[in-house]
Amino acid sequence: MERKTKINAEDGKQEIVITREFDLPIALLFTAYINPEIVEQWMGTKVLKLDSKKHGSYQFETTDPKGNRHYFNGTIHELVPDQKITRTFEMENTSFPVQLEFLSFEKLTDETSKLTMHIVYKSVADRDNMLKLPFAQGINMAHNRLQDIVSKLK
Amino acid sequence: MNLRRDVFQAIADPTRRAILLLVASQAMTAGAIASNFDTARPTVSKHLQILTECELLKQEQNGREMYYHLNPQKIKEVATFIEPFRKLWDDRFDKLESIMKNYKSKK
Repeated sequence: MERKTKINAEDGKQEIVITREFDLPIALLFTAYINPEIVEQWMGTKVLKLDSKKHGSYQFETTDPKGNRHYFNGTIHELVPDQKITRTFEMENTSFPVQLEFLSFEKLTDETSKLTMHIVYKSVADRDNMLKLPFAQGINMAHNRLQDIVSKLK
Repeated sequence: MNLRRDVFQAIADPTRRAILLLVASQAMTAGAIASNFDTARPTVSKHLQILTECELLKQEQNGREMYYHLNPQKIKEVATFIEPFRKLWDDRFDKLESIMKNYKSKK
């Protein structure tokens, strides 16, 4: 089984590198990042704003299963078509500090491409908390499922 | 469709965890592993298949026998909390890829 998405998170560093190879020409991969309708589909969020250019910015909104709305935003510092996007990412109304993201897009062949996401966090602890987030959510979901099952047994 | 095996699902099963513990001490054949369990041999084979698909176990041919041994790198990965984070992005990127393949064919 091939593992397409790789995460490199060295101990004690406040950064991570996510890499992924796609069976897509580079232009299509880049389009998936700048076209609001497409971003909505694969990120599973509502795109309130996405101004894909230098000095541009974005804001996304997601609704959790309980109906609570969460907002994310960032500023685009650099955008070179089919090459790179440098931007910030912030989860609004949380204790997570803003993070800096360097996205590089690389052509492998006419039909394949590679994305490297280099994310820099404010501190090592902030990085580790962010990495643990889906893990914590997974545990919560498992607990909720367990509670559902247990409550039905009563 | 080839369903992706979830590593966390794989280790959630008590028999599979027991198999991993057994093999941790030494590489074993399927027969030797099965002899440690009361469960039917095909059931053990199914567990071995799942563990191998998840890369938690590796197969190695030794003469006429196939030995199973632990894949320490994968075990270490699971032991860390990063896997759910990786999976989150892997799922997103899978979606991106399939959306853009459709997008391409529509154009």
